[in-house]
Amino acid sequence: MGFSYFPHTDGDIREMLGRIGAGSLDGLYSDVPQEFIFKGEFDLPEAMSEMEVRRRFAEMAERNRKLTVFCGCGAYDHYSPAVIPYLTSRAEFQTAYTPYQAEVSQGTLRYIFEYQSMITMLSGMDCSNASMYDGATAAAEAMMMSIACTRKKSRVLLSRTLLPQVIEVVRTYAGYHGVDIGYVAADGGVTSLADLQGQLGQDDVAGVLVPSVNRYGIIEDLSGFADAVHAHKELLMVYADPSALAVLKTPGEWGADIACGDCQSLGLPLSFGGPYCGWLACRKEHVRKLPGRIVGETVDMDGKRSYVLTLQAREQHIRREKATSNICSNQSLMALYVTIYLSLLGKEGLREVNALSYGGAHYLYDSLLATGLFEPVFDRPFLKEFVLKSSLPAAELQQALCEGGFFAALATEEGYLSFCATEKRTREEIDALVACIKDFAHKMHERK
Amino acid sequence: MKYYDKLIFELSKPGRKGYSLPAGKWTATLSSIPENLLRSEPAPLPEVSEPDVVRHYTNLSGMNFGVDNGFYPLGSCTMKYNPKINEEAASLQGFASVHPLQPESTVQGCLQVYHELEKALSAVTGMAAFTFNPFAGAHGELTGLMVMRRYHLDRNDLKRTKVIVPDSAHGTNPASAAVCGLQVVQVKSTPEGLIDVEDLKSRLDDTVAGIMMTNPNTLGLFETEIREIAELVHGCGGLLYYDGANMNPLLGKVRPGDMGFDIMHLNLHKTFSTPHGGGGPGAGPVGVSERLAEYLPDPKVTADADGVYHISRSSHAAGRVSGFMGNFSVLVKALAYIWTLGRENIRMAGPLSVLNANYIKESLKDVYRLPVDRVCKHEFVFDGLADTSTGITALDVAKRLLDYGFHAPTIYFPLLFHQSIMIEPTETESKETLDDFIAVMSKIAEEAASDPEILKSAPHNTPVRRPDETLAATKPVLAFNG
Repeated sequence: MGFSYFPHTDGDIREMLGRIGAGSLDGLYSDVPQEFIFKGEFDLPEAMSEMEVRRRFAEMAERNRKLTVFCGCGAYDHYSPAVIPYLTSRAEFQTAYTPYQAEVSQGTLRYIFEYQSMITMLSGMDCSNASMYDGATAAAEAMMMSIACTRKKSRVLLSRTLLPQVIEVVRTYAGYHGVDIGYVAADGGVTSLADLQGQLGQDDVAGVLVPSVNRYGIIEDLSGFADAVHAHKELLMVYADPSALAVLKTPGEWGADIACGDCQSLGLPLSFGGPYCGWLACRKEHVRKLPGRIVGETVDMDGKRSYVLTLQAREQHIRREKATSNICSNQSLMALYVTIYLSLLGKEGLREVNALSYGGAHYLYDSLLATGLFEPVFDRPFLKEFVLKSSLPAAELQQALCEGGFFAALATEEGYLSFCATEKRTREEIDALVACIKDFAHKMHERK
Repeated sequence: MKYYDKLIFELSKPGRKGYSLPAGKWTATLSSIPENLLRSEPAPLPEVSEPDVVRHYTNLSGMNFGVDNGFYPLGSCTMKYNPKINEEAASLQGFASVHPLQPESTVQGCLQVYHELEKALSAVTGMAAFTFNPFAGAHGELTGLMVMRRYHLDRNDLKRTKVIVPDSAHGTNPASAAVCGLQVVQVKSTPEGLIDVEDLKSRLDDTVAGIMMTNPNTLGLFETEIREIAELVHGCGGLLYYDGANMNPLLGKVRPGDMGFDIMHLNLHKTFSTPHGGGGPGAGPVGVSERLAEYLPDPKVTADADGVYHISRSSHAAGRVSGFMGNFSVLVKALAYIWTLGRENIRMAGPLSVLNANYIKESLKDVYRLPVDRVCKHEFVFDGLADTSTGITALDVAKRLLDYGFHAPTIYFPLLFHQSIMIEPTETESKETLDDFIAVMSKIAEEAASDPEILKSAPHNTPVRRPDETLAATKPVLAFNG
């Protein structure tokens, strides 16, 4: 007997049972019908020592292929400074609960306040919440929020140029929430303003969600969108990569009422898709419909500057079925990653990240076109991600690239090949990728 | 704990930097982007050095209290010890650097984690299949209800738009139901704190999609009539949803699947020891019985006969609830926990948590009012002090506990009592820690009689004292503005 996570000695258990007046640990389950007490053997491995656990997980991790990432599509291989895991693993941050007891949670509350501030700085919006699960669910919350803000309206429009997983999650939530989803067509790789204008003011539309940088990596020109939408008292929602907002026109500048996206690009590991951190922000007038935790500044009994969870009348634990959302705690520690990342990179660093990504991605783009194996799909400005057409067989190409150590040329639903280069990608890596593609094409040619 | 009054923005000075990036030797520059697509002013992010950042966040951490600092008896939150080997496993480069859209053949290790965890959780809960896509408990509830609705809709049973929720339920239950487009029907509790079966019967008909139950419930009491409740709900064509927020006392002892539950979620950050992170990331996997497996959301990990893992979709799926496949690294931690416990030690987890809760309850029930005096599971609720003449509230007791170096219990929940103090010790606390807590709780009860002012003005030893919440809400300051 004896297990490292349980401090109880046999003597402790006896003494404690004595105080309770129970004869045995089983006696503490006398209220459970005996048929429900599990008497079999659990189909689990025997207890493993720490060394065995360490070895088993190292083996599993090694079963993944280490690839140089040249794809984005909603998750980006950006550089993450060494300071971040060092600070975020501090037990006082990591092993705390949601900051309900403000007196012993000022650390969490302060960094969330800083996070909210940084999100407003990047997005140009007035108010941010304390984080969402991920970009796709943040978009779903934005969709429901637009319904709550505009009352009675029951239809939300989505641009066809949003990331496919964002569309799929928003559509799922909408289906159960009783909201109709309509789509704004893409024209030449960007959201069609003409198509949007044709649908506004009809069928009880609450708002429209459009991307800032879209599924093809194109930077969308949203001129005229806000005026068109606001003319019908509907809401403009913009989905944006917050890293890119260090240089690109912000949702606030485009006239958005609600903005959202995924903070993965701000220092979070790829980690097979999670944990990431969604962001959601809005104009002041909608703050009481903003879901999730919000931290506000105040003073304590002695007049000291303090921070608390605020505007809780919106939330599920007070409003129950009348709450604006069911969300409660979500990705607080990931918001700390983001806050530390943005503190380190700061005003200049995040611009530099974008400049380096831009330079590398355009070098990759030019190098791929120079092989003669690819053709452009759209001739529009992009930042770090783009799609191309090719007659090369997509599945075989991707496999050959994986064997060469690259994750690149992800085939999209439309049959394009998607590429991305962040500041982490060197000229040598890009040249090696291009050489690998040429080699593949050469072998294909020979096989014919 | 030391008060530290800086925001990172207040350390900023133009010209400082906290990063180092390689020199760019690219020819293309941002200036080729059309100007109307660029922001007009740079974002006013801080300009600070790396040591500034490290010291600032280290100082902030000094104003926080975590499980590693001390006892955290927060009811319904299961603040158990977070093992460190779990963190090491989750941060392995072979996991951390994997892109979520990589081809299946290159992510077999990640997919194996999903597969192994599904097997382990199925064994422990008696369910047949799990999705790991939900990010949190509330997200799991929503996903589980989507599965419930999809099941009825798929059978063309369109009338079932109501979900029954006990009045003692967590606030997320009715909120999740509303988000999922279901109408909430509340069922009463008996004076003994259990679901009123007669009241339940009167609410059952063919418009009921199902019932959401927390068992043991939020009073920490096992719903002894569960067999009859399951028969009644199934009898009218509804499904039973198990809210896994209170799974910890049943871990290794009772399986929700055996009690007749069709759908459940687990909070891996509660029962399976992954850290709460100051409010996430957690994970809220949803388990279902065999007949509901095809309704789990897309995508899902499956294994073929050769032991190769695939990422699959189902034509009956309830949809998609996350951008990729949930909080992967949290899953790694939970699996490391289960493997460390193994089939032997997992049997002790629930019973020791129940032992700890009953020990505190029995030791303090003379000085704090215990509304329902019977064996509890992992947690129990006091309704304020036994001596009600002092005017001391649950809030006063909670704040005074902070002075003595304990985190406060959950207060004012459940809503069934006016002065709820909900205490959950978990199995990772020693008898000595519990004895210290009991002594302090007794001392606070004495102070309530002898020196009530010291409680009314508590806490005294924390970095800040009772921040003004009304001011925060009436004049909201939600961002730094220079």
